[in-house]
Amino acid sequence: MDYIGKSVIRQEAWDKVSGKAKYTADDSSPGILHAKLVVSPYAHARIKSIKTEKASHVFGVRAVLAGERFPLTGEEIRDRPPLATERVRYHGEAVALVVADTPHLAKKAADLIEIEYEPLPVVNNPTEALKKDAPLVHEQLGTYQKEERVYPVPGTNIANQTKIRKGNMEKGWAESEVTVEEYFSFSPSDHAAMETRCSMCEIRSNGDVVITSSSQAPFMIKRLIHEYFEVDIGKVIVETPFVGGGYGGKASIQLELLAYLACKAAGGRKVKLLNSREEDILTSPVHIGLDARVRLGSTEEGEIKAAELLFLFDGGAYSDKAADLSKAAAADCTGPYDIDNVWCNSLCMYTNHPYAAPFRGFSHSELLFAIERTMDSLAEKLGMDRLLLRYKNAIKPGDTTPTQVPLNKSNVGNLPACIRRLKEIIDWDEGVAKDIGNNKIRAKGVSCIWKTSTIESDAGSGVILTFNPDGSINLMSGIIEIGTGTKTVLAQILAERMKMEISQIHVQMEVNTQSTPEHWKTVASRGTFLAGRAVLEAAEDVIRQLKNIASCVLRAKASDLTVAFGKVFLRDDPSIGIDVKDIAYGYTFPNGNAIGGQIIGRGHYNLRHLTHMNKETGAGKPGPEWSVGAQAVEVEFDKRDLTYRIIRAVSVVDIGTVLNEMAAKGQVMGAMSMGLSFGSRETFKFDEFGRVMNSQLRTYRPIRYSEHPDYVVDFVVTPQVDAAYGARGAGEHGILGMPAALGNALSIAAGVKLNELPLTPELIWRVKKKEGFSDAFI
Amino acid sequence: MTAERSLSAVLNVNDEERAVHLKPTDTLLFVLREKLGLSGAKPGCLNGDCGACTVNIDGLAMKSCLMLAVESLNKKITTIEGLKGTPIQQAFVEHFAFQCGYCTPGFIMNCHAMLNTVPDANDDTIAEWLNSNICRCTGYQEIEGAVRSIVKKNQMNRKRP
Amino acid sequence: MLSFDFDYYQPKSIEEAVQLYHALDREEKHPLYYSGGTEIITLGRLDLVYTNAVIDIKAIPECEVLGTQEGYFVTGSGLTLTAIEENNGFPLLSKAASGVADHTARNKITVGGNICGQIFYREAVLPFLLTDSKIVAAGMNGVRTEHIMSLFNKTLRLKKGELLVQLQTEKRYLNVPYRCVKKRPQWDTGYPLVTIAAIKAEEGIRVAFSGVSPFPFRSREMEKALNENGRIKERILASLQHLPKPVLDDVEGSSEYRLFVLKNTLFDILRELEEDHR
Repeated sequence: MDYIGKSVIRQEAWDKVSGKAKYTADDSSPGILHAKLVVSPYAHARIKSIKTEKASHVFGVRAVLAGERFPLTGEEIRDRPPLATERVRYHGEAVALVVADTPHLAKKAADLIEIEYEPLPVVNNPTEALKKDAPLVHEQLGTYQKEERVYPVPGTNIANQTKIRKGNMEKGWAESEVTVEEYFSFSPSDHAAMETRCSMCEIRSNGDVVITSSSQAPFMIKRLIHEYFEVDIGKVIVETPFVGGGYGGKASIQLELLAYLACKAAGGRKVKLLNSREEDILTSPVHIGLDARVRLGSTEEGEIKAAELLFLFDGGAYSDKAADLSKAAAADCTGPYDIDNVWCNSLCMYTNHPYAAPFRGFSHSELLFAIERTMDSLAEKLGMDRLLLRYKNAIKPGDTTPTQVPLNKSNVGNLPACIRRLKEIIDWDEGVAKDIGNNKIRAKGVSCIWKTSTIESDAGSGVILTFNPDGSINLMSGIIEIGTGTKTVLAQILAERMKMEISQIHVQMEVNTQSTPEHWKTVASRGTFLAGRAVLEAAEDVIRQLKNIASCVLRAKASDLTVAFGKVFLRDDPSIGIDVKDIAYGYTFPNGNAIGGQIIGRGHYNLRHLTHMNKETGAGKPGPEWSVGAQAVEVEFDKRDLTYRIIRAVSVVDIGTVLNEMAAKGQVMGAMSMGLSFGSRETFKFDEFGRVMNSQLRTYRPIRYSEHPDYVVDFVVTPQVDAAYGARGAGEHGILGMPAALGNALSIAAGVKLNELPLTPELIWRVKKKEGFSDAFI
Repeated sequence: MTAERSLSAVLNVNDEERAVHLKPTDTLLFVLREKLGLSGAKPGCLNGDCGACTVNIDGLAMKSCLMLAVESLNKKITTIEGLKGTPIQQAFVEHFAFQCGYCTPGFIMNCHAMLNTVPDANDDTIAEWLNSNICRCTGYQEIEGAVRSIVKKNQMNRKRP
Repeated sequence: MLSFDFDYYQPKSIEEAVQLYHALDREEKHPLYYSGGTEIITLGRLDLVYTNAVIDIKAIPECEVLGTQEGYFVTGSGLTLTAIEENNGFPLLSKAASGVADHTARNKITVGGNICGQIFYREAVLPFLLTDSKIVAAGMNGVRTEHIMSLFNKTLRLKKGELLVQLQTEKRYLNVPYRCVKKRPQWDTGYPLVTIAAIKAEEGIRVAFSGVSPFPFRSREMEKALNENGRIKERILASLQHLPKPVLDDVEGSSEYRLFVLKNTLFDILRELEEDHR
């Protein structure tokens, strides 16, 4: 049995190509009620009145919710009413909700709710938000309940601030012979998962609250419904079938709260709340925006001595996970470089924009855009090869991170090896730019990446294994199958450890918080690490139990036995043994005596030795390990009309041992695609009133088939000692350097500094025009 | 306010005659999912933008959110549930051409229509057709691999005497 | 999901359709002719279209004609854009049609729907504007045939209840040199910044535009300037004086950037068409 590294086809593959895979909204059993939201057309306004009478009288309407104050919600700061009451703070915010017999009737009634608003001045970006005279998004900020380690500043729009103070900045600048400073800016955008979010809720007669939701965090739903609405935690049961893409957006708890309130208002009947695409883009949480300033100082030889960073994240109207995103960015603020003197202020700003959810990479593709563009500026100023500058400063075992974590051979990957490999793949020595005639230039941009996962310091995962009478095993894990194939990888880990056929492992795909052991959240590329360790522990547990029973039957010490190939046998004489199937449910002796019973294994794994970051210096260990990589993008740029194509995109990542090669490549490629789409075309377009002008997929346009470049994915393998078979996370890394590498390639090709996203031809034209580009068209 | 009106109709879906009550305003997508229990076609935008709801109507790829159910009377409707182990499904599995699987039925139905219409589709044709769907998980390269593998097989079969 | 209800009619003849329209109108059903129906469904969902009766025209034989009849290439209004592309009897029309939405959507979107719809790009009209095609419209007083340039001003100015049945294009225009270029904000998908269609007719180059303004248009003044003697660049600049103002400024692009793209695109088109001529 050799399953590690094999491209094992995902367990649910045939269900997914035959339409049988069930997602939340696929449940259309009779009797379900349908909820419809009414959302704010303003980004910031006082609600003067809400009239619901006409809506209540529509045939088939079972409940109307509006104007009622519910407990404030929010993961870090309780600043968000599930339905706005006195005030709306972003375009698309939910204000009212109708429950009716059919979606058609719910919509009909929702259209009849009359809401009168009085518009207020808007905060339309995080830089504006920081100004002294900016309107306050939350006047009551000081009164909100909050988590202990969040640091809002009442009387301002600062929802959280994280400081990094490492080394001595004065010394750093004194040692710097060359300095560069750059400013960056990009607006919020969207996850645009193909499945819009959907939640269903039913309250049973015994008070059980049963929620089905397209979520990456069913156990968090359970916890928060309990905390917000004071339902006994054991009475909250959350089910999650397949999820049609998450990318972090479904790790926030939002629609579930509304489904619960709708259900309660409808007397506990089952209510389905399915986002329209417009609501999914506007109302549900989004991908964070950022304004940033980066200063780097280095010696003439290119040794970076000082880094000073200011991040102003556009957290939107409510802090929820944005507060945490801004902290994660601070923790890895320098990018993957060994810098002794670091000063960073990372602020999460309130604005009148849709609020932020986690997004693949958890603020890293964002901060790396700023850092890696500045690295290119520095290389240019030094007259130094761009990869060489990165190679010289690359983070290595023995260095420390911005939060002063000492790195060793296990907790950081091999960045220099990634850079060397990338250099070969992209034929770096041929030069960064080449004029290919016909007004066209080919240019290559590079970026290095790193990321740790600043997840909760006690995050954990559990696994249960049960045997079937034929010796096959059921594997239950709280991981959500959001497309990453993690559940198939868990089966590979189990098959490898048990030395059994993978076809004999049955993975339960859906999660039910009542019967599935908890997995913290399916986020942060932590699934394989946490659940993988739990699988191994559970495997040890069943092996021990199998050996114990077999030792009675075979009259041998358990320590003399081995489990493999569906048998338990004597290590020194495999001919003496017993089939697992004959003891999986206990063993019955010929005389009728029976011992044992169904074998049930359990395992769990919790993160260890993580510490909180110090409020004043940021010192602390925020994550278990740092994955690294090096990426490149090659573009073909038209000097005349300023359009371009992406020809090739390359990733060399160190994800430790590769457990399933094609699945891992798919993860990296998919993340690269998302990063290029974000970098090249995705953004919310806000008008001066803070309204999102492109809330449909025909105006908010993810990359499509014919627009994809050639992808090259390669791996450097530095096993993580404490991970299952040495595997590091792989779900996010592909995205991290893509916007930056694209920005670097285009800046080279266009001959101007492109420090905004998305990198559209219009942006390039605007920047070039400022620098005197004449649009003479010959 | 009055109750909703509906009419009785028979739809030919996946080679079965299916009796159904529908309203003229019901889209085909709605009827397939909510009235016929065929949830393979997925709602992604209800706006004709994403392609997740693609089915075949008389062999043509069709976004079922852009079609009224009444328009499909007397036509042959094929949904993903009507495809059983076709080469393109097999190719999607082998090429890891999906992850979350939500866009997959739509992609496969579009590919299925294309491969029946243009079995030896060239790269431009493939691009033109497949630009009708959005996949948010893969890099599209995997889907390209799956489709090309079938085109290649078709071309080889054709060359053989 | 629509919040209103409508009845669905599928008349078999022009007369039946027109009479239905007027009868339903008298009943205040706000009837709409329904061809591909994509805009009625999608804009209806957003409450931007309202009707209580749709009249599907796809069973009317005259609306499904595609081919040459007595010196004209006839395009039935109920034909889907992909049907037109595949037929390719009018290559410029095929090209213009192929830029609309996406391939699958074009299996549903019809030429009549595209021209008469609310979404203002209406790129399928450009070839007909360039070729002085004729509009065949049916109303209570029977069928009339008019020059498109007299009926199309930003939108097709049909009388209330009139049905666009066909478009007729003189055969001599089918094979003239042409260009149709759609420039988008980024790459291959999405709405246009500008779409320019052009033909090289006997008297000179004709051009029509979509995306430059919130309506498609063909400008004789611009054509006149473009067909003067002189360098292409100067002719283009002169022609721009006659652009309808203001140039569109929206989420797809600023007006200034649109002008930049317009100039480049027009330059390429003119150069190629003029080279074709030589």
